[in-house]
Amino acid sequence: MGQATGHLIGLSGDAQAFVRLQDVTKIFGETVAVQSVSLAIQRAEIFALLGSSGCGKSTLLRMLAGFEPVSSGQIFLDGEDITDLAPYARPVNMMFQSYALFPHMSVQANVAFGLKQEKVPSAEIHERVYEALELVQMSPFAKRRPHQLSGGQQQRVALARSLVKRPKLLLLDEPMSALDKQIRHATQIELVRLIEQLGVTCFMVTHDQEEAMTMANRVAVMTEGQIRQTGTPQEVYAYPNSRFVAGFIGSTNLFEGIISVDQPGHIMIESEDLPRAFYVDHGVSEPLGMAVSISLRPEQIRVTRVAPTQEHNWAHGMVSHLAWMGSYALYQIRLDSGKVIEASVPSQVLATSEPPGIDDEVYVSWGHDSVTVLSS
Amino acid sequence: MAKASMSTTHQPSALGRWLALGLGFAFLYLPILTLIVFSFNDSAMMTSWAGFSFRWYEALINDQALLRAAGLSFKVALMTATAAAALGTWAGYILARKGRFKGFALYVGLVSAPLVIPEVVLGLSLLLLFVEMDALFGWPGERGLFTIWVGHTTLCMAFVAVIVQSRVRDLDRSLEEAALDLGASPLKVFFVITLPLIMPAVVSGWLLAFTLSLDDVVIASFLSGPGATLLSPEIFSRVRLGVKPEVNALATVFVLGVALFVLIVNALQRRQEAN
Amino acid sequence: MMAGLWRARWSAIASIAPPYVWLVLFLLLPFFLVLKISLADLKFGIPPYTSLVSFKDEVLDLTIHLRGYILLFSDSLYIDTYLNSLKIAAITTLCCAVIGYPMAYYIVRSRPSVRHLLLLAVILPFWTSLLLRVYAWVGILRNDGVLNNMLMYIGVISAPLEIYRTDIAVYIGLVYAYLPFFILPLYANLVKMDLRLLDAAYDLGAKPWRAFLAITLPLSMPGVVAGSLLVFIPAVGEYVIPEMLGGANTLMMGRVMWNEFFTNADWPMASAVTVVMVLLLLVPLIVFQLNQQQRFEREAYR
Repeated sequence: MGQATGHLIGLSGDAQAFVRLQDVTKIFGETVAVQSVSLAIQRAEIFALLGSSGCGKSTLLRMLAGFEPVSSGQIFLDGEDITDLAPYARPVNMMFQSYALFPHMSVQANVAFGLKQEKVPSAEIHERVYEALELVQMSPFAKRRPHQLSGGQQQRVALARSLVKRPKLLLLDEPMSALDKQIRHATQIELVRLIEQLGVTCFMVTHDQEEAMTMANRVAVMTEGQIRQTGTPQEVYAYPNSRFVAGFIGSTNLFEGIISVDQPGHIMIESEDLPRAFYVDHGVSEPLGMAVSISLRPEQIRVTRVAPTQEHNWAHGMVSHLAWMGSYALYQIRLDSGKVIEASVPSQVLATSEPPGIDDEVYVSWGHDSVTVLSS
Repeated sequence: MAKASMSTTHQPSALGRWLALGLGFAFLYLPILTLIVFSFNDSAMMTSWAGFSFRWYEALINDQALLRAAGLSFKVALMTATAAAALGTWAGYILARKGRFKGFALYVGLVSAPLVIPEVVLGLSLLLLFVEMDALFGWPGERGLFTIWVGHTTLCMAFVAVIVQSRVRDLDRSLEEAALDLGASPLKVFFVITLPLIMPAVVSGWLLAFTLSLDDVVIASFLSGPGATLLSPEIFSRVRLGVKPEVNALATVFVLGVALFVLIVNALQRRQEAN
Repeated sequence: MMAGLWRARWSAIASIAPPYVWLVLFLLLPFFLVLKISLADLKFGIPPYTSLVSFKDEVLDLTIHLRGYILLFSDSLYIDTYLNSLKIAAITTLCCAVIGYPMAYYIVRSRPSVRHLLLLAVILPFWTSLLLRVYAWVGILRNDGVLNNMLMYIGVISAPLEIYRTDIAVYIGLVYAYLPFFILPLYANLVKMDLRLLDAAYDLGAKPWRAFLAITLPLSMPGVVAGSLLVFIPAVGEYVIPEMLGGANTLMMGRVMWNEFFTNADWPMASAVTVVMVLLLLVPLIVFQLNQQQRFEREAYR
C-alpha cells in the first residue's frame, strides 16, 4: 500500500521521466559512495555520467544494473519500481568495460545467451541473433571465439549481446576505455548512430569528458558521490555552475575578484590580476561586494602584439611557453601581475600574421560575453 | 599471466640453479626409481642385482588378498573423489565469492583445518562420532566402506577447496555478472558459466582426492570394520616388517600408471588452453 | 515484496549451507566428542568408555575422570614424546626450507615453458602413493639396502651405516614426504612478485645478493610461513613415517596415540593424548588460520 502511494506521490516535473533515480544513496561501512542522487532520464535519451575515478559513478551504474543493493532511495524504470529487483529480473542490460564475453562460447552463442534465458523459441533466437550481428556488422564472425577477435570487434559483439534483448535501459560502463585512441572517435560516432537508430534509452558512465561530450544528449558531472551539474554538453561547458565544473570540463583560466559595479544590464569585477576590471554584459544574482570566481576559456582569448582598443577585458604579459598542437597553438602567458594563463589560438588565425613567440610581449583580450561568473 | 616475467637484467647463477634443482629433484625421484628397478630383480633382497625377472609381477597377480583390497580401495577412492570434488568445489566457490557472511571466520577455519590437522586426530574424532551416533540412533551401525568414505571426503574436500578457490579468484567477476545481467539465475550462472571455466581446477581436485584416498592408511585404519580392508592399510601392515618385493611391483605399476595419466591430462589441458 | 526478501534470505543460506553443515558435523562436532571422551574412563563393552552424565534416583551425576591428563603430565614418557615430536617437526621444517626455498626460487626464475615442466615434476610425486614412496626408503636405508650396498661397493665405508630404524631415517622420510608441501605455497607467493622491483634495486646500485636479502626474501615471507606451517603442524602428529622408518625409541605423539588406541584399546587415553596434541599445536594452528583468513577475506571483498 505504502509502495503504491509513494509511487504516486513522487510526482514532479520529471514524473514522466523514463528512468528516475530518487535520493539514491549507497553506504559502504563508513564511506558514503553515493549521496542522495536524483536523476531523471528521458526515453531514448543518451545520458552520460561524467566524473573521475572514485567519484561514485560506477557504484551508481551498478545500482542501476542491480549488482549493488541500494542503501536508501528508489529507482524507477518506465513507471515500475525496480529498486529491489535482482539483475536477472530487470529489463536492463549492460555492456561491461571489459566486454565480459564468455570465452568458452562462440560469438553466436554469446549473443543468444540472453534470449535463451527468456525461453524464446530457438527459431526466433536464431533470427534475432542474426539481426543483431548484422546491425553491428559482425555476421561473418558468428562462429568465432572471443579471443580470436580484436578489441573493437569484441566491443561490437558485446553491444549486440546487450541490445538483442531489446532492454528498456542500456548501460555502458566506460565504453571506449579499452580501445586504442585512434579508433575511439569513429567508434563513438558509430555507437551513437546505432543507439539512436534503435531508439534505446542509454545511460553511460565515463571519466573521459570528450567521450561524454561527443556521445551524450545530456551530461551530469559527479564528484564525491554527488551530482554537481546536469545539462546538455553545451550548457555544462559554457555555463558551469561552479569552479569545480568549470575546471573539470575542458580547461579554463580562473580569476578571483570582487563585484565592484552591479547593474541589471552589466556588472564589473575588480581583480588584482588585471589592470582594468572585468566587464560582464549580463547581470548576476550575487550582490555587490561579493567575492566571486571568473572562468575564462582559453579559446575565448585573443593574443596580439599590439594593444587592443577596448577599455576593459584585456591584460599585458609575456609568452612563457608555446606548444603547437596542430589545429591550434597553446600559449602560456605570464601576465604583468604574475598570473599565468592559457590561450588557445587557431592555426588559421596565426597563419595570417606573424605569430608571437616565446619571450615576446603580448596583449590578451576577450569579449564582454566571454566569461562565466561563479560563486562556488 | 606473469606480467613481470623476464624483465630483469640479472639472471640467477646457473651453477646455483643446477645444484638446487638437480639435487632437489634427484632426492625426490631416486627412491621411486629404486622401487621400479628392483621390482624386476630376481632376488627378494635389494642387496644386489640377481637378474631380470617378472616373478614379482606374477606374485602380485596371484595375490588375492591384495587384489581384493585394491578393488575396495578403488571403489572408495572413486566415491571419495566425486564427493570431495562436489563439496570441495562448492566450498572453494564460497571462499572465493561469498566473503561477507557472519561466521565466515569459522568457515575458513573449518575448511582449512583438514589440511594441517594430523590424520590421527581426524581418524579418532570421526570414529568417536560414529560410535556415539550408533549408540544414540542405531546408525551407521558397523563401520566399513561408508564410514571410510565420510572420513576421506572430509579430508579431501579441503584440498579441492583450496585448488578451486584459487581458480575462481582468478576468474573475471564480470563474466558472472554479465550472465546475471542477461537474465540467468545465480544457479544457472554457476553451472553454465562458472563451472565450465573452472573445470581444469575441479578435475585437478578430483584427481588429487582420488590419490589421497587411495593412499590413506591412518583414517582407513580407524574407520574400517570387518571385511573392509583397504589397500594401503594392507600394504602398511605388510611392510612394517620389512621389504616385500611384490609391493615393489605394485608400486611400479601404480607410479607408472599415474605418471602416464597425469602427463596425458596435462597435455590435454595445455592443448585446450592454447586454443 | 516481503515474500521476495524472505525467499532471498533462505536461498542465500541454502547457497552456503551444505559444505558448512558437513564440516560442522564431521569436523567440529567430532572434536568436541574427543574432548568429552578424554574425560571419561575405560570400561569393558561397547562403547569402551564410560558416560560422563548419569541420571539415577533423581540424581544427575556428572563424573569427570582426569586419569588420562594426570598421567600425561606426570609420566616423563609422555612429556618426552611431546617434546621430541616438536623437535623432530621443527628440524624437518627447517630442512624443507633449506632444500625447498632454492628449488622454488629457481623454478620461479626459469623460462615460463620450463617452469611449467619443473612445477609438474614437483607435483608428480604428489599423485603417486606416499606410502609406497616412503616404503622405497626402507629398501634404500636398510643395512642390506641400496645405499649401503652402493657406498660399500665404491669403498667409502666398510661396514653398513645404521640408518634404518633410527631418528635419521625418520628425518629423511619426513622431509621427503613434506617437501612439496613447502615448495608449492612458496612458489605461489614468489611467482606473484614483481621482478621489476629487483630491476629498480639493481638500478640503484644493489648487488644481486643484497637485492635478494632486502627485497625477495622479505616479500616471500608469507609464502615461507604458509609452507612452514603446512609442514610443521601435520609433522608433529605423524604416524606412518616414524612407524616405518623409526626405531623403538623414536618417540612421536602420533605413534603414542595409535598405540593407546589400537594396542591398549584405551580410548579415553588416546583421546586425552589427542586433546593435548591439538592444544600444543594451538598457537601454530591459530597463526595458520589467520594467514588463511587474511588470504580469503582479502580476495573475497571487492
